[in-house]
Parts: sequence; structure tokens; C-alpha cells
Amino acid sequence: MNDAIRKVVMPKWGLSMTSGKVTEWIASEGDEIADGDDLAEIDTDKIAGALESADEGVLRRIIAQVGEDVPVGATLALIAPADVPDAELDEAALLAREELDSGAVAEVAGPVTGSVEVEGRTICFAALGEGEETVVLVHGYGGDKNSWLFVQEPLSQSHTVYALDLPGHGESTKDVGDGSLDVLAGAVLGLLAERGIERAHLVGHSLGGAVVVAAAAREPARVASLTLVAPAGFGSRINAGYLRGFAEARSRRELKPHLAALFADPGQVTRQLADDLMRYKRLDGVDKALGALLGTLLDGDEPALDVAPLLSEVDVPVAVVWGRRDAVLPATNGEGLDDVEYVEQAGHMVHLEQPNAVVAAVNAVTNRR
Amino acid sequence: MTDTLSTAVSHELDGNALLDAYRTMRTIRAFEERVHAEFATGEIPGFVHLYAGEEASATGVCVHLDDRDAIASTHRGHGHCIAKGVDVKAMMAEIYGRRTGSCHGKGGSMHIADLSKGMLGANGIVGGGPPLICGTALAAKQKGTGGVGVAFFGDGASNQGTTLEALNLASVWQLPAIFVAENNGYAEATSSTWSVAADNIADRAAGFGMPGVIVDGFDFFAVHEAAAEAIQRAREGGGPTLIEVKFTRYFGHFEGDQQTYRADEVANAREHLDCLKRFRTRVTETGQVEAAQLDAVDAQVTDLIDAAVEEAKAAPKPTAADLETDVYIEY
Amino acid sequence: MARTISYREALNEALAQEMERDESVIVLGEDNAGGAGSPGEDDAWGGVLGVTKGLYHRFPGRVLDTPISESAFVGAAIGAATSGLRPVAELMFIDFMGVCFDQIFNQAAKFRYMFGGKAKTPVVIRTMYGAGLRAAAQHSQALYPIFTHIPGLKVVVPSSPYEAKGLMIQSIRDDDPVIFCEHKAMYDVTGEVPEDSYTIPFGEAGVVRDGDDVTIVAIGRMVSVAEEAAKQLADSGVEAEIIDPRTTSPLDTETILESVENTGRLVVVDEATPRCNLATDISALVAKEAFGSLRAPIEMVTAPHTPVPFSDALEDLYIPDAQRVANAVKTVVEWKR
Ligand SMILES: Cc1ncc(C[n+]2csc(CCOP(=O)(O)OP(=O)(O)O)c2C)c(N)n1
Ligand SMILES: [Mg+2]
Repeated sequence: MNDAIRKVVMPKWGLSMTSGKVTEWIASEGDEIADGDDLAEIDTDKIAGALESADEGVLRRIIAQVGEDVPVGATLALIAPADVPDAELDEAALLAREELDSGAVAEVAGPVTGSVEVEGRTICFAALGEGEETVVLVHGYGGDKNSWLFVQEPLSQSHTVYALDLPGHGESTKDVGDGSLDVLAGAVLGLLAERGIERAHLVGHSLGGAVVVAAAAREPARVASLTLVAPAGFGSRINAGYLRGFAEARSRRELKPHLAALFADPGQVTRQLADDLMRYKRLDGVDKALGALLGTLLDGDEPALDVAPLLSEVDVPVAVVWGRRDAVLPATNGEGLDDVEYVEQAGHMVHLEQPNAVVAAVNAVTNRR
Repeated sequence: MTDTLSTAVSHELDGNALLDAYRTMRTIRAFEERVHAEFATGEIPGFVHLYAGEEASATGVCVHLDDRDAIASTHRGHGHCIAKGVDVKAMMAEIYGRRTGSCHGKGGSMHIADLSKGMLGANGIVGGGPPLICGTALAAKQKGTGGVGVAFFGDGASNQGTTLEALNLASVWQLPAIFVAENNGYAEATSSTWSVAADNIADRAAGFGMPGVIVDGFDFFAVHEAAAEAIQRAREGGGPTLIEVKFTRYFGHFEGDQQTYRADEVANAREHLDCLKRFRTRVTETGQVEAAQLDAVDAQVTDLIDAAVEEAKAAPKPTAADLETDVYIEY
Repeated sequence: MARTISYREALNEALAQEMERDESVIVLGEDNAGGAGSPGEDDAWGGVLGVTKGLYHRFPGRVLDTPISESAFVGAAIGAATSGLRPVAELMFIDFMGVCFDQIFNQAAKFRYMFGGKAKTPVVIRTMYGAGLRAAAQHSQALYPIFTHIPGLKVVVPSSPYEAKGLMIQSIRDDDPVIFCEHKAMYDVTGEVPEDSYTIPFGEAGVVRDGDDVTIVAIGRMVSVAEEAAKQLADSGVEAEIIDPRTTSPLDTETILESVENTGRLVVVDEATPRCNLATDISALVAKEAFGSLRAPIEMVTAPHTPVPFSDALEDLYIPDAQRVANAVKTVVEWKR
């Protein structure tokens, strides 16, 4: 096949995804496509998201029809410059269609999972990509490594990207000790040490934002840059009601209303999301961990963390991304920070709602020297 | 007090009777060995428990019974069925789930029954049979038929409350009932030396005010004699008896059982204790039966079982029209 | 870490983790180890279908084999539960409830109430139910409705390895008597299960699939049957919401009613026979509480009012299958006044 013809394939979002469906083609055949443009809406049994182009050119052929179940790695569409002859595209499209119909799609390598031992805790991670430089993604309160699914894959084109589970979260040990930032930052630094990563670009969301600042302050030599996504530890406002509601919810029914605070688009709060979070919350030890971390985040109804002084000690490139409609840590918290990129159509979960903005910020800051 | 009977033949059997008994035992053995082989091919569905090794018990008891008498069996029921005269071909068809089976394919191996023959059914519930036999014995007594009821049950079942309650009731009511505890050493993977908290199951008879006897279950004649005495007593109004028959089952608890709980007791039993071998030696040595006569029976039985399997496989399965019939007599 | 393991392994892991966590948890039942008093291996069986395998050696003295005396050992488990232990007794097949029912429904179920709230009976009775293995009339029944009928008992019917583990741990930690019904045809079904211990609360239904056209409430193994039907239906444009009550007592009526209020249509799939089963119970609930939302009569997909037949030809007709569920859904979706 002509090298100029690029395949758009079904992405692997998260470890358990094996197939997905195009629910809508956003781009049409003949459209000019730029790198990062939304091509289609994809739905898996777990999540829905927009598929972004990793190439530029013209969307020449759409292979997968709306509603068709497509295995991860199978060709959804073909992108090529306008000058590639139609005949070549027809041939490539035929091959792609045959591959899809026969089901003989080579499974694309998803993230590789593993774990390290740090200070008596097992810290789990998922790694993707083979880039020279390493990016480490650190989730927020109640999140886990899978929350980066729309970000980890595009970043892996150019970097080795780790997403980890902080203590008390995901598949890592649920004991968080005193729940201090120090314990959490220790886990991030421990991961770097155990994996032999000398230096990494750290990306932190929410509580994870404060964690990566603390990690950089503790071992500056190990940190190449910081990307802070709606970070905790800045400014004076925090939605204590959300945090407590999340920690205390005992059922899907109790939890779901609180989750609305996370997104600009309330449609993102699906039953599946609430179920997945309840699955997490019901693991032994999570209650206790969330309780301890609540103490780290909150002082009464006020924020308990202030990492601005720590950040001022750190001399690395810093990017800040904030959802304009953040209802957990309002965007006004970023006022004291330089160069904050505000994202209009995003709430607290910028990396889920507007992943491109986060990907772009990370790509930019990792290229800054 | 528990008596152990000697094997002296006190109830004479003539040559024909001996051949009949042999035919029954041989039929049970051949039936079970064939089911074992067929099960391994995957063609027989469900749970199957085989009676091979235990033939002398069902046979030695049932030769004394006639159509007035009822028996209750267990999950390991094929031998009791054959000994009580249930049609072998219908049994095989039942095991294959065919419409021509004894229960039209609705019961299967664990529930083969023929009430016209006084065979109250194999039973999926351990300890399900003994109380029922109190009832058949009660009916025989009330109606004055002279009939008896025989409950076959295992060593495992001997620990079930239903069994113990039935023993007591039979004694209290002085029923014409015979309780045959078939102690084959195991209930599933559990040894009867562990599960039965007495030296012998028969020892418990004293506690229920009835005679208890222990017999060598590999010895047809021993079973035959003990049963004769108990059945005669019952028919004459003398009340129930508990007979403990001791032996080994040759196959696993059910087909598929890996039997890692066992030692090599089966090989020894097959070689030195086997009821068919001992029967043959005994009756040919006394000259009551010629070896050739026994060989002829063997051949006939082989043909019968071949035909039973062939016909069962060819027989139709029940259909949708059969699904909801026979739940009630009238509804 | 979440791995893919079987329903059997999920149960075994739940038992092991709880025995590890709490010394008062013991396991008892016929051949739960196996080989008692025999010349061969100990732990020869680990339960008739291997659910308790390996626990005997890991937890010495805490896996007890029993004689075939269900009334005595189920009763003993109940008695022990009143006295500080947390026994998990195995009633091998649910059909055997007949020989020990008094201990369960007159004793365990009633202590709390009869004794004016003073008793605590944290016993779990594990038992296999369900058709499909050609095990015939006395080893195949879906008798959970009978237990559900009895006040004082909690009844759990897990539909997947994930539910099996979380519900088992919850059952063991729960202070009330729990009847835990495992479908015997599901032991080899696999699914993702976290390695960590976790609980699933009683009385909270799982929503297995979202849909706006019809609500399917399915119990135990019928959940996967409903899922199969829902896939077929989706191809013809009908989106079914599937609700798995997980526990039939307590029953999450709220989730069921909410769903029916949205879809206006209800199909209940229950492997039990049709009289006084979960299908009738849930249908009555919806007819009473959500009558105004219903756009079509309720459909119930159940076994027929017969014992479970042995022959595969009959048993396959007996068990509700995806086709019957899909047909029932079509009936309610196409229904016109
Ligand atoms: C009430 C009841 N409990 C348990 C079982 C499961 N079960 C079937 S056979 C069996 C062992 C029976 O042992 P035994 O009575 O010695 O008869 P054997 O199998 O040795 O002939 C058990 C426990 C059952 N079918 N019914
Ligand atoms: Mg036995």
C-alpha cells in the first residue's frame, strides 16, 4: 500500500477495551483533516469519546459504518493527500473492508500494566509508547490510571507514557498512611526510581496536580516539566460538598448526583461511570483512604493545601490547563499562576472532556527547554 | 447385639434359581460396565452412579421378593432396578433420555422407577427412601398382603435423619420393613469409618429395638440367607430388621470422580473378592451348575446389553408435547 | 489487580480472603475438603464442584467435613452463628433444602424477630441451583423464591464472577442469615474480578445494560440470557435495559421502578417455575407501583409449571432462552391497545 495512505484505526481506550462502534462520523469523505481534528464519535461498552486524527490530509474513504462493531486496531477510515489516485484508495479500502469482515485484525498493543513496590506499597501503572522521554500521568482524588485513556494514547505517539494509581486508588495498595502529599509524591518518585526513569515530565490532575508539584519540589532533578490540570493547592476555593459527597456515597444512586460537579456536560455522568466508581469505592480500604485524603484536601470547608510556595521553588517549564466551568476547583483558583490555558467547554475533568487541550499542553511543555 | 452370619446355605436354591441369580448379577455388572464405557464417550448426559461390585446385595435380597413387595433405592439404583425386574432396555433408554425409557426420559439414571414391579424409584435425595418404605410396609400390613418393604441405602445415608427416623418408626409400628445398609466404604469422598460414629451401622439396630446383622456383601449366599431370615420374620409380623452389607464400589462415586481419596482397594476386590467370581467358583465346585451354563448366561447378557444400547441410541427423544404432561393426574 | 477468573475461583477467593481476615469464619459441608477417614488424599474434592478446594490446607481446622446429615450440620452452623462464629455452610444442591428446612426457616430466619431483636445469626448457606446439567428433577431446581418468601432470610443470586465475589464477602460480613444461591452451570463462566476484597451491598440492583425501550429484569444466570437477547434486539433497533437485582431479598424495587417509569415496558426473566416466583413478585410490584407508566402488559419468561425434566430434549425447552426473551420483548414493544 502507498505509504501516503494512512489508516485511522479503532483506538484502544483502556485496558479492557476490545472493540468499539462509530456512533457518528464527524468528518466526511473529502474533508481536509488536520492533526488533532475530531474524526468520529466512538462508543465502547464503557465509554464514549471523540476519535482524533493523528495524521493530516484528506479523509478519502470511510470504511466502518455507523453502528458497526469494530475490533481495536481495525481500520475505520483512510486519510491521504489529495493527489493519491482514487484507484489506490479503492484497493486499500477493499483490503481494509475484507480484513474487517474476516475479523482477522491484529490486536494492537494496548498499555502494558505492571507494578512496583514503594515503601511497602504496591503501586500499579499502565505504560504505553516507546518515546525517548517519559511522561507520567497522575490522577486526582478518587481517580485512577484509566482516567487518562484519551490522553495516554495520543501522547504515546511521541513519549513513553506512564499512568499510575496513587496509593488508595485503582489497583494500588489502599493504605495511604497519613494521607499526606508526601506519601503520594513518594509513590510517584518511587515509581520513577523503581522503573529506572531518571527524569520525567509529570502531569497531574486535581489532587494529582498538587502531588506532582510536591514531587518536583522534593526531587527537582527528576522532573523535566510539570503540566497541572485543574490542580489542587492553588487559590482559595474548593467544592467541599462534592468531595464529601463522593467520599460518603454508599450507592450508585447516592453518588451519581455528585458526579455532575465534575463535567461541563452533564451527559458525561453516565450510569457506567457511577458504577465504575462504586466498584472502586467498595474495595476494602478505599473508604479509609478517601477519608484520610479528605483530610489532606480540606480544612473545614476550605482548601487545606497550598502548593504555590513549593511551585516557586521549582525551576522547570510549567503548563497549567483549567476548565472554565470547573465546579470542583474553580478556574479562578488559577489566577495567581502564569500562563494558564483556560478551556471553555470543560469542567473539572478536562482530560476527559477536552483531551486535546491537555495533550497539546503536554506536547508543548515537553518541547520547551 | 449384632450377629455376623456364616455363609452356610440354609435356604436351598436349586440349579435354576442359582442360574437366575447369576443372570441378575451378571446383567447388573454388564449393564454398569457398559454405561461406564458409554459415559466416557460423552453420549450419556447427567450424573451417573454405578453399582458394579455391589451386585450380590440387590440380587441376594430381591430374589426373595415378589410383586407384593416394594423396594426403595438410591442414586446408585441400576442394580436394584434390575434385581427387582425392571426392563433392562427401558432402563438403558431412560439413561439416554429417550421417550422409550422407563420414565419417558423425564427421570434419568437417578430416578428410574417401575411401580408395577414394586420398584419405587432410584432416588436423588440421600435418605429419601427409608421413610417411604415405612409407608409401603404400613400399606402391606394394613391390607394384610403379607408384603414387605425393603429400603436400600448407603453408609452415607445411614447418617441422615430421615433414615434414623424411619428405623425408629418401623420398629414402633412393628412394620414389615427391611433396611439394607449398603456400606461400600464411602459416601462420595468420605470414608464410612469416619462418618459412621459406631463400629458398624448394624450396631445401631439395638438402639431402635430391632435385630441388626452384618454380612459380607461380596458373598451372594450370605446376603441371601440374611435377607431370607429378615424377610420371613417381617412377613410373619415379627417387625423390621437392619442388615448391613459390606463391600466396595468398583467405580468412582459418580462417573468422572478422580477417586484420589482411595487406596488400591478396588483392584484387590476385583481380583480376590468379586461376587461373580465367588459365585461361579462355588456353584461349579458343588456341581450345582455347569461352567458352560454360566458361560451361556454371560453370552446372553452381552447380547441383551448390546441390544439395549443400540435400541436406546436409536430411540426417539421426548418432544415439546411431552414437556408439560404428567405433572398431575388431572389439573 | 483485576484479572479474568471463573465464578468458581471468585467464590473460592472470597472465602479465602474472609477466612484470612476473620478467624471466626469457618466453612463446613459434605466433602468441602473430602477424603475424611479415607486412605488417599486429604482435600480430595474441595466441594462437589471444587469451590472450597485448597481452603482445608490453608486454614487448618476451619474447613469441616460433615456426615450426610444436613439437618444437623446446617442447624449446627446456625447455632454456631448465634455463638460467635461466622459459618459458611454448604447445602450442596438447593433441592436438599427439604431435609433441613426447619433449621433454616423456623430457626435461623425467625430468631431475630421472635427474640425481640436480641439475636444475631451471621450464617451463610451456600447452595447450587439451576437447570442445564441434565441433573434431573431433584438436582436442578431454582428454589430461591421459596427462601425469598421467608421473612428473616436474605437471598443472594449472583450473576457473574464479579458479583459472586463481592456478594459472598458481603454475605459473610452480614449479620443476618443469608442463602447464597450459585448457579451450577456458571462455575466455569469467567469475568474480570479485582484481586482486592470488596463488597457489593444487598438490595442494590446492577444495571447491566442501558436502554430506553424495555426493562428486562433477570435473575442469576438469566442475566446472561437476557444480555444475549438484548444483543439480538439491538440489531433490530430495540434497546433493552437489563436489571440484575443481585439479591431477591432485599429487593431493589427503586431501580426496577425507575427503569420501568422510563421504558414503560417490563419483561421479567426467572428460571424458577412460574407460580409465586420472582417474576410474579416483580410483576406485581410494577403493576401496583408503576401502573401509570406501563405502555403494555408485562411479560414473564419462566420455566413451565413442571419439575425439571432429565432428557436434554426437554430440559432445553424448559430453561428460558434468549429467543424466548427476545420474543417476549417483541410482544411488549409491538403491543397495541
Ligand atoms: C440429601 C442429600 N444430601 C447430599 C446428597 C449428595 N450425595 C449424593 S450421593 C452422596 C453420597 C452417598 O453416600 P452413600 O449413602 O454411602 O451411598 P453410595 O454413594 O456410597 O452408594 C451424596 C452426599 C444428596 N443427593 N442428597
Ligand atoms: Mg457409600
